[in-house]
Amino acid sequence: MRNVAIVGIGHSKFGRRLDVSLPELAWEAIREAIEDAGLDTKDIEFVSLANIGVWSSEVSPGSVIMEYAGLNPSETIRVETACASGSAAVKTAYMAVASGQADVAMALGIERMNEMTTPEVVEILARIGNYFWEFHNFGPTFVGYYALFATQYMHKYGATEEDLAKVAVKNHYYASYNPKAHFPKKITLEDALNSPYIAWPLKLYDCSPISDGAAAVILASEEVAKKITDSPVWIRAIEGATATSNHSKRENLLSIPSARIAAEKAYRRAKIDKEDPTKYLDLAEVHDCFTIAEIMAYEDLGFAKRGEGYKLIRDEQTYIGGKIPVNLSGGLKAKGHPIGATGVSMIVELTKQLQQRVEPQRQAPIEKGLALAHNVGGTGHYVFVSILSLEKPW
Amino acid sequence: MDMSETEEFKESPIIRDKKTALPLWTDQRPFQLRYYIPVKRIEEFFRGLEEGKILATQCKSCGQIFFPPQMDCPKCKSSDMKWIQLSDEAELVTYTIIRVKPKTFEHYNDYVIAVGRLLKEKINVFAWLKVDDPSKIRIGMKLKLIVTKREPENYLVYEFIPMKNNKS
Repeated sequence: MRNVAIVGIGHSKFGRRLDVSLPELAWEAIREAIEDAGLDTKDIEFVSLANIGVWSSEVSPGSVIMEYAGLNPSETIRVETACASGSAAVKTAYMAVASGQADVAMALGIERMNEMTTPEVVEILARIGNYFWEFHNFGPTFVGYYALFATQYMHKYGATEEDLAKVAVKNHYYASYNPKAHFPKKITLEDALNSPYIAWPLKLYDCSPISDGAAAVILASEEVAKKITDSPVWIRAIEGATATSNHSKRENLLSIPSARIAAEKAYRRAKIDKEDPTKYLDLAEVHDCFTIAEIMAYEDLGFAKRGEGYKLIRDEQTYIGGKIPVNLSGGLKAKGHPIGATGVSMIVELTKQLQQRVEPQRQAPIEKGLALAHNVGGTGHYVFVSILSLEKPW
Repeated sequence: MDMSETEEFKESPIIRDKKTALPLWTDQRPFQLRYYIPVKRIEEFFRGLEEGKILATQCKSCGQIFFPPQMDCPKCKSSDMKWIQLSDEAELVTYTIIRVKPKTFEHYNDYVIAVGRLLKEKINVFAWLKVDDPSKIRIGMKLKLIVTKREPENYLVYEFIPMKNNKS
Protein backbone atom coordinates (compact mmCIF):
# COMPACT_ATOMS: atom_id res chain seq x y z
CA MET A 1 0.00 0.00 0.00
CA ARG A 2 1.26 3.46 -0.95
CA ASN A 3 0.75 6.64 1.04
CA VAL A 4 -2.16 8.73 -0.25
CA ALA A 5 -2.22 12.53 0.02
CA ILE A 6 -5.06 15.00 -0.36
CA VAL A 7 -3.69 17.59 -2.79
CA GLY A 8 -6.79 19.55 -3.77
CA ILE A 9 -10.24 20.32 -2.37
CA GLY A 10 -13.37 21.90 -3.83
CA HIS A 11 -16.78 22.68 -2.38
CA SER A 12 -19.89 24.29 -3.82
CA LYS A 13 -22.20 26.47 -1.80
CA PHE A 14 -24.73 24.11 -0.18
CA GLY A 15 -28.41 25.07 -0.21
CA ARG A 16 -31.52 25.07 -2.34
CA ARG A 17 -29.52 25.45 -5.54
CA LEU A 18 -32.22 25.98 -8.14
CA ASP A 19 -29.77 28.21 -10.02
CA VAL A 20 -27.69 25.29 -11.34
CA SER A 21 -28.22 21.92 -13.00
CA LEU A 22 -26.52 18.71 -11.85
CA PRO A 23 -23.39 19.00 -14.05
CA GLU A 24 -23.13 22.76 -13.41
CA LEU A 25 -23.18 22.12 -9.67
CA ALA A 26 -20.57 19.34 -10.00
CA TRP A 27 -18.34 21.69 -11.98
CA GLU A 28 -18.27 24.22 -9.11
CA ALA A 29 -16.58 21.65 -6.86
CA ILE A 30 -14.44 20.06 -9.58
CA ARG A 31 -13.03 23.38 -10.81
CA GLU A 32 -12.20 24.54 -7.29
CA ALA A 33 -10.46 21.23 -6.48
CA ILE A 34 -8.42 21.21 -9.68
CA GLU A 35 -7.35 24.83 -9.18
CA ASP A 36 -6.53 24.13 -5.54
CA ALA A 37 -4.28 21.26 -6.60
CA GLY A 38 -2.70 23.25 -9.42
CA LEU A 39 -3.64 20.48 -11.84
CA ASP A 40 -5.67 20.20 -15.03
CA THR A 41 -8.65 17.96 -15.77
CA LYS A 42 -6.45 15.78 -18.00
CA ASP A 43 -4.30 14.91 -14.95
CA ILE A 44 -7.23 13.17 -13.23
CA GLU A 45 -6.88 9.49 -14.13
CA PHE A 46 -9.82 8.17 -12.15
CA VAL A 47 -13.04 9.61 -10.68
CA SER A 48 -15.17 7.90 -8.06
CA LEU A 49 -18.63 9.43 -7.94
CA ALA A 50 -21.09 9.44 -5.04
CA ASN A 51 -24.65 10.30 -6.03
CA ILE A 52 -27.93 8.71 -4.95
CA GLY A 53 -30.00 10.36 -7.64
CA VAL A 54 -33.64 9.25 -7.97
CA TRP A 55 -34.74 12.77 -6.95
CA SER A 56 -32.73 14.16 -9.86
CA SER A 57 -33.43 13.39 -13.48
CA GLU A 58 -30.17 11.89 -14.74
CA VAL A 59 -30.22 8.12 -14.25
CA SER A 60 -26.51 7.67 -14.93
CA PRO A 61 -24.96 10.95 -13.77
CA GLY A 62 -21.33 9.83 -14.17
CA SER A 63 -21.26 10.18 -17.90
CA VAL A 64 -23.09 13.53 -17.88
CA ILE A 65 -20.62 15.00 -15.38
CA MET A 66 -17.50 13.52 -17.02
CA GLU A 67 -18.47 15.11 -20.34
CA TYR A 68 -19.46 18.49 -18.89
CA ALA A 69 -16.27 18.78 -16.81
CA GLY A 70 -14.00 17.76 -19.67
CA LEU A 71 -12.93 14.62 -17.83
CA ASN A 72 -13.44 12.19 -20.74
CA PRO A 73 -11.85 9.72 -21.43
CA SER A 74 -10.78 9.13 -17.79
CA GLU A 75 -12.27 6.21 -15.92
CA THR A 76 -15.20 6.63 -13.50
CA ILE A 77 -17.14 4.44 -11.08
CA ARG A 78 -20.30 5.44 -9.20
CA VAL A 79 -20.62 4.17 -5.62
CA GLU A 80 -23.61 3.97 -3.28
CA THR A 81 -23.79 3.53 0.51
CA ALA A 82 -26.77 5.80 1.22
CA CYS A 83 -25.79 8.94 3.20
CA ALA A 84 -22.24 7.56 3.51
CA SER A 85 -21.78 7.40 -0.27
CA GLY A 86 -19.34 10.32 -0.16
CA SER A 87 -16.97 8.37 2.09
CA ALA A 88 -17.35 5.35 -0.18
CA ALA A 89 -16.19 7.57 -3.06
CA VAL A 90 -13.20 8.80 -1.04
CA LYS A 91 -12.34 5.22 -0.11
CA THR A 92 -12.61 4.07 -3.73
CA ALA A 93 -10.29 6.85 -4.92
CA TYR A 94 -7.98 6.12 -1.97
CA MET A 95 -7.76 2.45 -2.96
CA ALA A 96 -7.04 3.40 -6.57
CA VAL A 97 -4.05 5.50 -5.51
CA ALA A 98 -2.86 3.27 -2.64
CA SER A 99 -2.84 0.23 -4.90
CA GLY A 100 -0.95 1.96 -7.68
CA GLN A 101 -3.86 1.78 -10.12
CA ALA A 102 -3.78 5.57 -10.42
CA ASP A 103 -1.38 8.32 -9.39
CA VAL A 104 -4.04 11.04 -9.31
CA ALA A 105 -7.70 10.33 -8.53
CA MET A 106 -10.73 12.43 -7.65
CA ALA A 107 -13.60 11.64 -5.31
CA LEU A 108 -16.69 13.64 -6.23
CA GLY A 109 -19.89 13.76 -4.21
CA ILE A 110 -22.95 15.51 -5.55
CA GLU A 111 -26.66 15.64 -4.91
CA ARG A 112 -29.41 17.70 -6.52
CA MET A 113 -32.26 16.87 -4.13
CA ASN A 114 -34.51 19.81 -4.96
CA GLU A 115 -35.46 18.54 -8.40
CA MET A 116 -38.59 17.05 -6.80
CA THR A 117 -41.12 18.28 -4.24
CA THR A 118 -40.36 17.85 -0.51
CA PRO A 119 -42.87 15.01 0.19
CA GLU A 120 -41.35 13.08 -2.71
CA VAL A 121 -37.81 13.60 -1.39
CA VAL A 122 -38.96 12.53 2.09
CA GLU A 123 -40.42 9.41 0.44
CA ILE A 124 -37.20 8.50 -1.39
CA LEU A 125 -35.04 9.11 1.69
CA ALA A 126 -37.33 6.90 3.76
CA ARG A 127 -37.02 4.07 1.26
CA ILE A 128 -33.33 3.79 2.28
CA GLY A 129 -33.22 0.99 4.82
CA ASN A 130 -35.58 -1.89 4.15
CA TYR A 131 -38.23 -0.97 1.60
CA PHE A 132 -40.30 -4.16 1.63
CA TRP A 133 -40.52 -4.98 5.34
CA GLU A 134 -40.30 -1.57 6.98
CA PHE A 135 -41.17 1.24 4.58
CA HIS A 136 -43.90 -0.33 2.49
CA ASN A 137 -46.18 -1.20 5.42
CA PHE A 138 -45.23 1.29 8.11
CA GLY A 139 -44.00 4.45 6.38
CA PRO A 140 -41.12 5.44 8.64
CA THR A 141 -39.39 8.65 7.58
CA PHE A 142 -35.69 9.08 8.18
CA VAL A 143 -36.36 11.40 11.04
CA GLY A 144 -38.79 8.72 12.26
CA TYR A 145 -36.02 6.13 12.33
CA TYR A 146 -33.76 8.43 14.34
CA ALA A 147 -36.71 9.32 16.58
CA LEU A 148 -36.87 5.63 17.57
CA PHE A 149 -33.25 5.98 18.73
CA ALA A 150 -33.98 9.28 20.50
CA THR A 151 -36.97 7.85 22.40
CA GLN A 152 -35.05 4.87 23.70
CA TYR A 153 -31.90 6.91 24.42
CA MET A 154 -33.72 9.63 26.37
CA HIS A 155 -35.73 7.05 28.30
CA LYS A 156 -32.66 5.03 29.30
CA TYR A 157 -30.11 7.76 29.97
CA GLY A 158 -32.22 10.78 30.96
CA ALA A 159 -31.20 13.08 28.11
CA THR A 160 -33.76 15.80 27.32
CA GLU A 161 -35.13 17.54 24.25
CA GLU A 162 -33.13 20.55 25.43
CA ASP A 163 -29.89 18.55 25.22
CA LEU A 164 -30.73 17.67 21.63
CA ALA A 165 -31.53 21.31 20.85
CA LYS A 166 -28.09 22.33 22.14
CA VAL A 167 -26.48 20.33 19.33
CA ALA A 168 -28.50 22.35 16.80
CA VAL A 169 -27.54 25.63 18.47
CA LYS A 170 -23.82 24.74 18.36
CA ASN A 171 -23.87 23.63 14.75
CA HIS A 172 -25.80 26.70 13.59
CA TYR A 173 -23.35 28.86 15.54
CA TYR A 174 -20.39 27.51 13.54
CA ALA A 175 -22.35 27.46 10.27
CA SER A 176 -22.88 31.20 10.71
CA TYR A 177 -19.15 31.59 9.95
CA ASN A 178 -19.18 29.16 7.01
CA PRO A 179 -20.21 30.97 3.81
CA LYS A 180 -20.72 27.63 2.04
CA ALA A 181 -23.32 26.48 4.57
CA HIS A 182 -26.99 26.00 3.66
CA PHE A 183 -28.05 27.92 6.80
CA PRO A 184 -25.23 30.31 7.73
CA LYS A 185 -27.16 31.79 10.68
CA LYS A 186 -27.27 31.43 14.45
CA ILE A 187 -30.35 30.12 16.24
CA THR A 188 -31.38 30.25 19.89
CA LEU A 189 -32.30 27.38 22.17
CA GLU A 190 -35.89 28.73 22.14
CA ASP A 191 -36.00 28.68 18.32
CA ALA A 192 -35.06 25.02 18.41
CA LEU A 193 -37.35 24.03 21.27
CA ASN A 194 -40.33 25.88 19.80
CA SER A 195 -40.07 24.29 16.38
CA PRO A 196 -42.80 21.78 15.43
CA TYR A 197 -42.47 18.02 15.85
CA ILE A 198 -41.61 16.18 12.65
CA ALA A 199 -41.43 12.73 14.25
CA TRP A 200 -41.86 12.92 18.01
CA PRO A 201 -39.59 13.51 19.95
CA LEU A 202 -37.60 15.12 17.10
CA LYS A 203 -38.52 18.60 15.89
CA LEU A 204 -37.80 20.60 12.77
CA TYR A 205 -34.60 22.05 14.29
CA ASP A 206 -33.34 18.56 15.16
CA CYS A 207 -33.22 17.77 11.43
CA SER A 208 -30.72 18.45 8.68
CA PRO A 209 -32.22 20.16 5.62
CA ILE A 210 -32.81 18.88 2.09
CA SER A 211 -29.81 20.36 0.31
CA ASP A 212 -28.18 20.53 -3.07
CA GLY A 213 -24.40 20.57 -3.18
CA ALA A 214 -21.15 19.13 -4.45
CA ALA A 215 -17.71 18.49 -2.97
CA ALA A 216 -14.52 17.11 -4.49
CA VAL A 217 -11.12 15.97 -3.24
CA ILE A 218 -8.10 15.14 -5.37
CA LEU A 219 -5.89 12.36 -4.05
CA ALA A 220 -2.35 11.68 -5.21
CA SER A 221 0.54 9.32 -4.62
CA GLU A 222 3.41 10.51 -2.44
CA GLU A 223 5.59 11.03 -5.49
CA VAL A 224 3.06 13.30 -7.22
CA ALA A 225 2.13 15.07 -3.97
CA LYS A 226 5.78 16.02 -3.34
CA LYS A 227 5.94 17.74 -6.72
CA ILE A 228 2.74 19.77 -6.49
CA THR A 229 2.25 20.78 -2.85
CA ASP A 230 4.14 21.78 0.28
CA SER A 231 1.20 21.13 2.57
CA PRO A 232 -0.39 17.77 1.82
CA VAL A 233 -2.84 16.20 4.23
CA TRP A 234 -2.58 12.42 4.41
CA ILE A 235 -5.28 9.79 4.68
CA ARG A 236 -4.21 7.78 7.69
CA ALA A 237 -7.24 5.49 7.80
CA ILE A 238 -10.61 5.09 6.09
CA GLU A 239 -12.47 2.15 7.54
CA GLY A 240 -16.03 0.96 7.07
CA ALA A 241 -18.59 -1.35 8.67
CA THR A 242 -22.26 -2.28 8.23
CA ALA A 243 -25.32 -3.08 10.37
CA THR A 244 -28.69 -4.73 9.71
CA SER A 245 -31.15 -3.24 7.30
CA ASN A 246 -34.16 -4.14 9.49
CA HIS A 247 -34.25 -2.09 12.70
CA SER A 248 -35.97 -4.98 14.45
CA LYS A 249 -32.73 -6.93 14.13
CA ARG A 250 -30.61 -4.41 16.06
CA GLU A 251 -29.73 -5.34 19.63
CA ASN A 252 -30.99 -1.92 20.75
CA LEU A 253 -31.56 1.55 19.33
CA LEU A 254 -29.21 3.35 21.72
CA SER A 255 -26.14 3.46 19.56
CA ILE A 256 -24.89 2.51 16.10
CA PRO A 257 -22.90 -0.73 16.30
CA SER A 258 -21.29 -0.32 12.87
CA ALA A 259 -19.98 3.11 13.90
CA ARG A 260 -18.25 1.59 16.93
CA ILE A 261 -16.66 -1.11 14.75
CA ALA A 262 -15.55 1.33 12.01
CA ALA A 263 -14.07 3.61 14.69
CA GLU A 264 -12.15 0.77 16.33
CA LYS A 265 -10.74 -0.30 12.97
CA ALA A 266 -9.72 3.27 12.12
CA TYR A 267 -8.13 3.85 15.55
CA ARG A 268 -6.16 0.62 15.23
CA ARG A 269 -4.83 1.60 11.81
CA ALA A 270 -3.97 5.14 12.95
CA LYS A 271 -2.45 3.88 16.24
CA ILE A 272 -4.91 5.88 18.33
CA ASP A 273 -5.87 4.57 21.77
CA LYS A 274 -9.58 3.80 21.44
CA GLU A 275 -10.05 4.37 25.17
CA ASP A 276 -9.09 8.02 24.86
CA PRO A 277 -9.19 9.18 21.24
CA THR A 278 -9.80 12.86 22.06
CA LYS A 279 -6.22 13.04 23.36
CA TYR A 280 -4.99 12.41 19.80
CA LEU A 281 -7.47 14.42 17.73
CA ASP A 282 -7.69 18.16 17.10
CA LEU A 283 -11.29 17.99 15.90
CA ALA A 284 -13.99 15.82 14.34
CA GLU A 285 -16.75 16.11 11.76
CA VAL A 286 -19.56 13.72 12.72
CA HIS A 287 -22.77 12.67 10.97
CA ASP A 288 -25.40 14.85 12.65
CA CYS A 289 -28.23 14.21 10.19
CA PHE A 290 -30.38 14.57 13.33
CA THR A 291 -29.24 15.98 16.67
CA ILE A 292 -29.54 12.60 18.44
CA ALA A 293 -27.10 11.21 15.85
CA GLU A 294 -24.36 13.61 16.97
CA ILE A 295 -24.86 12.59 20.60
CA MET A 296 -24.67 8.89 19.73
CA ALA A 297 -21.57 9.62 17.62
CA TYR A 298 -19.79 11.04 20.69
CA GLU A 299 -20.28 7.66 22.36
CA ASP A 300 -19.70 5.42 19.35
CA LEU A 301 -16.40 7.21 18.67
CA GLY A 302 -15.30 6.98 22.30
CA PHE A 303 -15.41 10.74 22.99
CA ALA A 304 -17.82 9.99 25.87
CA LYS A 305 -18.79 6.89 27.84
CA ARG A 306 -21.95 4.99 26.86
CA GLY A 307 -24.98 6.94 28.04
CA GLU A 308 -23.00 10.12 28.70
CA GLY A 309 -22.79 11.67 25.23
CA TYR A 310 -25.47 14.24 26.01
CA LYS A 311 -23.35 15.55 28.89
CA LEU A 312 -20.64 16.59 26.41
CA ILE A 313 -22.99 18.99 24.65
CA ARG A 314 -24.67 20.03 27.91
CA ASP A 315 -21.20 21.09 29.18
CA GLU A 316 -20.27 22.66 25.82
CA GLN A 317 -17.30 20.29 25.48
CA THR A 318 -17.68 20.02 21.70
CA TYR A 319 -17.19 23.75 21.07
CA ILE A 320 -13.70 25.10 20.30
CA GLY A 321 -11.82 25.07 23.61
CA GLY A 322 -13.70 22.02 24.89
CA LYS A 323 -12.65 18.38 25.09
CA ILE A 324 -12.95 18.01 21.30
CA PRO A 325 -14.47 20.48 18.83
CA VAL A 326 -17.13 18.79 16.68
CA ASN A 327 -18.75 19.98 13.45
CA LEU A 328 -17.08 23.36 13.12
CA SER A 329 -18.39 23.40 9.54
CA GLY A 330 -21.94 23.60 10.88
CA GLY A 331 -22.43 19.87 10.39
CA LEU A 332 -25.13 18.27 8.32
CA LYS A 333 -27.57 20.13 10.54
CA ALA A 334 -26.68 23.63 9.34
CA LYS A 335 -24.05 23.26 6.61
CA GLY A 336 -26.58 21.02 4.83
CA HIS A 337 -26.79 17.39 3.79
CA PRO A 338 -26.71 16.83 0.03
CA ILE A 339 -26.59 13.06 0.53
CA GLY A 340 -23.82 12.01 -1.89
CA ALA A 341 -21.72 15.11 -1.21
CA THR A 342 -21.69 14.87 2.60
CA GLY A 343 -18.83 12.38 3.10
CA VAL A 344 -16.60 14.23 0.63
CA SER A 345 -17.54 17.57 2.22
CA MET A 346 -16.31 16.26 5.60
CA ILE A 347 -12.89 15.47 4.10
CA VAL A 348 -12.76 18.91 2.43
CA GLU A 349 -13.53 20.57 5.77
CA LEU A 350 -10.98 18.58 7.79
CA THR A 351 -8.25 19.16 5.18
CA LYS A 352 -8.89 22.91 5.38
CA GLN A 353 -8.96 22.78 9.17
CA LEU A 354 -5.65 20.90 9.38
CA GLN A 355 -4.11 23.39 6.94
CA GLN A 356 -5.53 26.21 9.10
CA ARG A 357 -7.31 27.95 6.27
CA VAL A 358 -10.92 28.10 7.44
CA GLU A 359 -12.65 31.27 8.67
CA PRO A 360 -10.91 32.34 11.94
CA GLN A 361 -14.08 32.16 14.09
CA ARG A 362 -14.39 28.44 13.39
CA GLN A 363 -10.75 27.39 13.06
CA ALA A 364 -9.81 24.66 15.54
CA PRO A 365 -6.39 24.99 17.18
CA ILE A 366 -4.21 22.48 15.32
CA GLU A 367 -1.74 20.97 17.76
CA LYS A 368 -1.76 17.24 17.17
CA GLY A 369 -2.32 17.23 13.43
CA LEU A 370 -5.01 14.55 13.43
CA ALA A 371 -8.71 14.91 12.55
CA LEU A 372 -11.60 12.44 12.28
CA ALA A 373 -14.63 12.13 9.98
CA HIS A 374 -17.63 9.94 10.88
CA ASN A 375 -20.08 9.37 8.03
CA VAL A 376 -23.19 7.25 8.52
CA GLY A 377 -25.37 5.79 5.78
CA GLY A 378 -28.96 5.16 6.83
CA THR A 379 -28.99 4.59 10.57
CA GLY A 380 -25.66 2.76 10.48
CA HIS A 381 -26.55 0.49 7.60
CA TYR A 382 -23.15 1.68 6.36
CA VAL A 383 -20.53 3.66 8.32
CA PHE A 384 -17.10 5.01 7.45
CA VAL A 385 -14.63 6.52 9.91
CA SER A 386 -11.67 8.34 8.37
CA ILE A 387 -8.61 9.82 10.01
CA LEU A 388 -6.56 12.52 8.32
CA SER A 389 -3.09 13.58 9.43
CA LEU A 390 -0.50 16.25 8.74
CA GLU A 391 2.22 13.69 9.27
CA LYS A 392 2.95 11.09 6.60
CA PRO A 393 1.49 7.73 7.71
CA TRP A 394 4.58 5.59 7.02
CA MET B 1 -41.49 23.03 -4.18
CA ASP B 2 -43.76 26.01 -4.55
CA MET B 3 -44.07 26.99 -8.15
CA SER B 4 -45.89 29.52 -10.22
CA GLU B 5 -46.57 29.49 -13.92
CA THR B 6 -44.75 32.04 -15.98
CA GLU B 7 -45.97 33.77 -19.07
CA GLU B 8 -42.56 34.67 -20.45
CA PHE B 9 -42.26 31.43 -22.35
CA LYS B 10 -45.44 30.60 -24.21
CA GLU B 11 -44.19 27.42 -25.81
CA SER B 12 -41.83 25.97 -23.21
CA PRO B 13 -42.84 24.37 -19.88
CA ILE B 14 -40.73 26.77 -17.83
CA ILE B 15 -42.11 27.81 -14.45
CA ARG B 16 -40.68 30.02 -11.72
CA ASP B 17 -39.90 28.92 -8.18
CA LYS B 18 -42.06 31.05 -5.87
CA LYS B 19 -39.32 31.73 -3.31
CA THR B 20 -36.43 32.53 -5.63
CA ALA B 21 -38.12 33.28 -8.99
CA LEU B 22 -35.55 30.97 -10.62
CA PRO B 23 -36.68 29.34 -13.88
CA LEU B 24 -37.28 25.58 -13.81
CA TRP B 25 -38.04 23.28 -16.73
CA THR B 26 -41.02 21.04 -15.94
CA ASP B 27 -40.22 17.44 -16.86
CA GLN B 28 -42.63 16.33 -19.63
CA ARG B 29 -42.06 12.60 -19.09
CA PRO B 30 -43.46 11.87 -15.61
CA PHE B 31 -44.37 8.27 -14.73
CA GLN B 32 -45.50 6.30 -11.72
CA LEU B 33 -43.10 3.92 -9.97
CA ARG B 34 -44.61 0.52 -9.18
CA TYR B 35 -42.57 -2.58 -8.40
CA TYR B 36 -43.59 -6.23 -8.76
CA ILE B 37 -41.63 -7.98 -6.02
CA PRO B 38 -41.07 -11.80 -6.05
CA VAL B 39 -42.56 -13.54 -2.97
CA LYS B 40 -42.65 -17.13 -4.19
CA ARG B 41 -40.35 -18.47 -1.48
CA ILE B 42 -42.22 -16.70 1.34
CA GLU B 43 -45.74 -17.23 0.01
CA GLU B 44 -46.56 -19.14 3.21
CA PHE B 45 -46.19 -15.93 5.20
CA PHE B 46 -49.05 -14.30 3.30
CA ARG B 47 -51.15 -17.47 3.56
CA GLY B 48 -50.58 -17.26 7.33
CA LEU B 49 -51.87 -13.68 7.46
CA GLU B 50 -55.10 -14.83 5.77
CA GLU B 51 -55.55 -17.30 8.65
CA GLY B 52 -54.79 -14.61 11.22
CA LYS B 53 -51.31 -15.97 11.97
CA ILE B 54 -47.96 -14.18 11.87
CA LEU B 55 -45.34 -16.63 10.67
CA ALA B 56 -41.57 -16.62 10.91
CA THR B 57 -39.06 -19.11 9.54
CA GLN B 58 -36.72 -21.23 11.63
CA CYS B 59 -33.56 -22.96 10.44
CA LYS B 60 -33.94 -26.69 11.02
CA SER B 61 -30.21 -27.02 11.48
CA CYS B 62 -29.28 -24.24 13.97
CA GLY B 63 -32.74 -23.25 15.24
CA GLN B 64 -32.40 -19.56 14.46
CA ILE B 65 -35.69 -17.74 14.00
CA PHE B 66 -35.96 -15.24 11.14
CA PHE B 67 -38.46 -12.40 11.19
CA PRO B 68 -39.01 -10.93 8.66
CA PRO B 69 -39.00 -14.48 7.28
CA GLN B 70 -36.22 -15.64 4.98
CA MET B 71 -35.65 -19.01 3.39
CA ASP B 72 -31.85 -19.10 3.56
CA CYS B 73 -29.78 -19.44 6.73
CA PRO B 74 -26.49 -17.63 6.07
CA LYS B 75 -24.82 -19.33 9.03
CA CYS B 76 -25.64 -22.94 8.04
CA LYS B 77 -25.81 -22.20 4.30
CA SER B 78 -29.01 -24.23 4.53
CA SER B 79 -32.38 -23.54 2.94
CA ASP B 80 -34.11 -26.22 4.99
CA MET B 81 -36.45 -24.02 7.01
CA LYS B 82 -39.70 -24.60 8.84
CA TRP B 83 -42.53 -22.12 9.31
CA ILE B 84 -43.45 -21.29 12.91
CA GLN B 85 -46.24 -19.14 14.28
CA LEU B 86 -45.04 -16.21 16.40
CA SER B 87 -46.51 -15.60 19.85
CA ASP B 88 -48.48 -12.39 20.27
CA GLU B 89 -47.28 -10.98 23.60
CA ALA B 90 -44.74 -8.19 23.41
CA GLU B 91 -43.21 -5.34 25.34
CA LEU B 92 -42.68 -1.84 23.91
CA VAL B 93 -38.98 -1.11 23.29
CA THR B 94 -39.25 2.28 21.59
CA TYR B 95 -41.62 4.35 19.45
CA THR B 96 -42.17 7.56 17.51
CA ILE B 97 -45.15 9.50 16.22
CA ILE B 98 -44.84 10.37 12.53
CA ARG B 99 -46.18 13.87 11.89
CA VAL B 100 -44.55 14.78 8.56
CA LYS B 101 -45.24 11.83 6.29
CA PRO B 102 -43.76 10.45 3.11
CA LYS B 103 -45.75 11.15 -0.04
CA THR B 104 -47.38 7.71 -0.19
CA PHE B 105 -48.45 7.91 3.48
CA GLU B 106 -49.91 11.41 3.37
CA HIS B 107 -53.49 10.08 3.38
CA TYR B 108 -53.14 8.54 6.86
CA ASN B 109 -53.59 10.33 10.19
CA ASP B 110 -50.43 10.70 12.29
CA TYR B 111 -49.27 7.17 13.10
CA VAL B 112 -47.14 5.56 15.80
CA ILE B 113 -44.25 3.33 14.74
CA ALA B 114 -42.99 0.97 17.43
CA VAL B 115 -40.38 -1.67 18.04
CA GLY B 116 -41.82 -4.37 20.28
CA ARG B 117 -40.00 -7.34 21.77
CA LEU B 118 -41.82 -10.70 21.70
CA LEU B 119 -41.63 -12.08 25.23
CA LYS B 120 -41.43 -15.73 24.18
CA GLU B 121 -39.14 -15.68 21.15
CA LYS B 122 -37.05 -12.70 22.33
CA ILE B 123 -37.08 -11.16 18.88
CA ASN B 124 -38.13 -7.64 17.89
CA VAL B 125 -40.93 -6.66 15.53
CA PHE B 126 -41.16 -3.28 13.78
CA ALA B 127 -44.78 -2.22 13.21
CA TRP B 128 -47.45 0.39 13.82
CA LEU B 129 -48.83 0.66 17.33
CA LYS B 130 -52.54 1.46 17.14
CA VAL B 131 -53.61 3.62 20.10
CA ASP B 132 -56.36 6.16 20.67
CA ASP B 133 -54.15 8.47 22.71
CA PRO B 134 -50.40 8.46 22.01
CA SER B 135 -49.72 10.42 25.21
CA LYS B 136 -50.56 7.25 27.17
CA ILE B 137 -47.80 5.21 25.52
CA ARG B 138 -45.06 4.11 27.91
CA ILE B 139 -41.84 2.24 27.16
CA GLY B 140 -42.14 -1.23 28.65
CA MET B 141 -45.95 -1.38 28.29
CA LYS B 142 -47.39 -4.74 27.24
CA LEU B 143 -48.49 -5.07 23.63
CA LYS B 144 -50.38 -7.57 21.54
CA LEU B 145 -49.30 -8.37 17.99
CA ILE B 146 -52.27 -8.86 15.68
CA VAL B 147 -53.16 -9.26 12.02
CA THR B 148 -55.21 -6.38 10.72
CA LYS B 149 -56.49 -5.01 7.45
CA ARG B 150 -54.79 -1.88 6.15
CA GLU B 151 -57.28 0.55 4.70
CA PRO B 152 -57.87 2.11 2.27
CA GLU B 153 -55.44 -0.16 0.36
CA ASN B 154 -57.28 -3.22 1.67
CA TYR B 155 -54.44 -5.66 2.39
CA LEU B 156 -53.41 -7.70 5.44
CA VAL B 157 -50.56 -6.56 7.66
CA TYR B 158 -49.49 -7.00 11.31
CA GLU B 159 -49.57 -4.30 13.97
CA PHE B 160 -49.36 -3.84 17.73
CA ILE B 161 -52.23 -2.84 19.99
CA PRO B 162 -51.98 -2.21 23.75
CA MET B 163 -52.65 -5.34 25.83
CA LYS B 164 -55.84 -5.00 27.87
CA ASN B 165 -55.28 -4.47 31.62
CA ASN B 166 -52.01 -2.71 30.94
CA LYS B 167 -50.62 -1.68 34.29
CA SER B 168 -48.12 0.91 33.06
